Amino acid sequence: MKMAWEPRLIVIACQWCTYQGADLAGSLRYSYPPTVHIVRVPCSGRVEPEFIAEALRRGADGVFIGGCHFGDCHYKEGNYKAIRRFKLFKRVATDLGIEPERIQLEWISGSEGKRFSEAMTEFDAKIRELGPNPLKGGAQ
Amino acid sequence: MSKPKLAYYLAGGCGGCDIAVVDLSEALVDVALQLDIVFWAPTVADVKYKDLEAMPDGSIDVGLFSGNVRNSEHEHIAKVLRQKCKVLIAFGICASCGGIKGLVNLHTTEQLLEKAYINTFSTDNPEKILPQTTVVVDGKYELTLPTLMDARALDQVVKVDYYIGGCPPYHEHIAKAFTALLSGQLPPPGSWITMGKAVCEVCDRNPVLKGKPKKLATEVKRTIDGAPSEDGCLLEEGYLCLGPVTQGDCGAKCPSANIPCRGCGGPIPGVKDFGLRAISAIASMLDNEELVDKIPDPVHLFYRYTLPSSFLGKRIKR
Repeated sequence: MKMAWEPRLIVIACQWCTYQGADLAGSLRYSYPPTVHIVRVPCSGRVEPEFIAEALRRGADGVFIGGCHFGDCHYKEGNYKAIRRFKLFKRVATDLGIEPERIQLEWISGSEGKRFSEAMTEFDAKIRELGPNPLKGGAQ
Repeated sequence: MSKPKLAYYLAGGCGGCDIAVVDLSEALVDVALQLDIVFWAPTVADVKYKDLEAMPDGSIDVGLFSGNVRNSEHEHIAKVLRQKCKVLIAFGICASCGGIKGLVNLHTTEQLLEKAYINTFSTDNPEKILPQTTVVVDGKYELTLPTLMDARALDQVVKVDYYIGGCPPYHEHIAKAFTALLSGQLPPPGSWITMGKAVCEVCDRNPVLKGKPKKLATEVKRTIDGAPSEDGCLLEEGYLCLGPVTQGDCGAKCPSANIPCRGCGGPIPGVKDFGLRAISAIASMLDNEELVDKIPDPVHLFYRYTLPSSFLGKRIKR
């Protein structure tokens, strides 16, 4: 019997903001979809385009990067670097046929537990609408 | 001691790598005397595929494979060479990463054939005849052509022992590689034969080498927009140079001639996907995020030589 498709979402979260936001969402008992798999990184500026591509290649249906709001970066300018890399990667990925909606970057602070749960719910709904990642099983 | 046996094959390439070997000039004479060239198709030696197939397995010491794997013939010879050669080297960026001709992966074979054989302005083909893989002439002679496939790097077909970058490899670098090969001083299998430095590290324009800080680019320029300064960093001036992530075995020849590095040398050690790391490096050297949207055609810029070896590999066709 074939199992119904469930999305697998990778959330790469900055340990100072978005990861704390996820923690707060848990403490406050806000629910968010179980399809979300969180990876903690020191800073959104640490997220290389390779991380996103590798996640997609290995079958993630969506990749969400969470960082601190501008001006809040623990390392001062990590999130500014993150958005430049992210925007450029997204342009290339779109040109190569990956739906741009599969990759998302958002600033969620440590006090925004509710926003974190909302963002995850929205992301999950969006990926369910898009369907499985066409790269699944490696680039053919 | 008998001379080491060498085989050379040009697959989906342009012959530029062959010319780069010839560019060794006098050094080639010394090298050639120390080697027994048993196969060099299709450019130099008159040895047939069946002769190569008849050689015992593992009887050739070094095989150089230039060009990417683009059709069934290339794939077949790649597998034969792997069996016959003790050491198989991906020679040049096409064999190593897919090369500039790897950009065909952005299109379907049907699109490419239509463009080349029907739609091109100078083509006169009213019957819309396309190449076929087999055809029978006079009812009895069957002629065949290889089947086109998506472009692949050599290591996507067979195991590769060493990689040499460059489009083509710089001749002084080839001389060093041959010397290393003949003296047996090779790095661990699976690595690139390179000095391991980025183009920036050997570039005369690099401000860091002159003790000055590197500034962020405040605009994005194409090579046709004005002329760069005499000795300033091309990236600082807004010409998108891929020097930071490219192997500098060429000695930074392009930046010294006012041309930004395009990444033919292959990725610096530790980088698996050249294009993605180039995106990362260039994006973080831009002054603000608006500049990202001003980069014309990023796929062709960042994946000019390495699309088939990328994590993403090719355009998803629906």
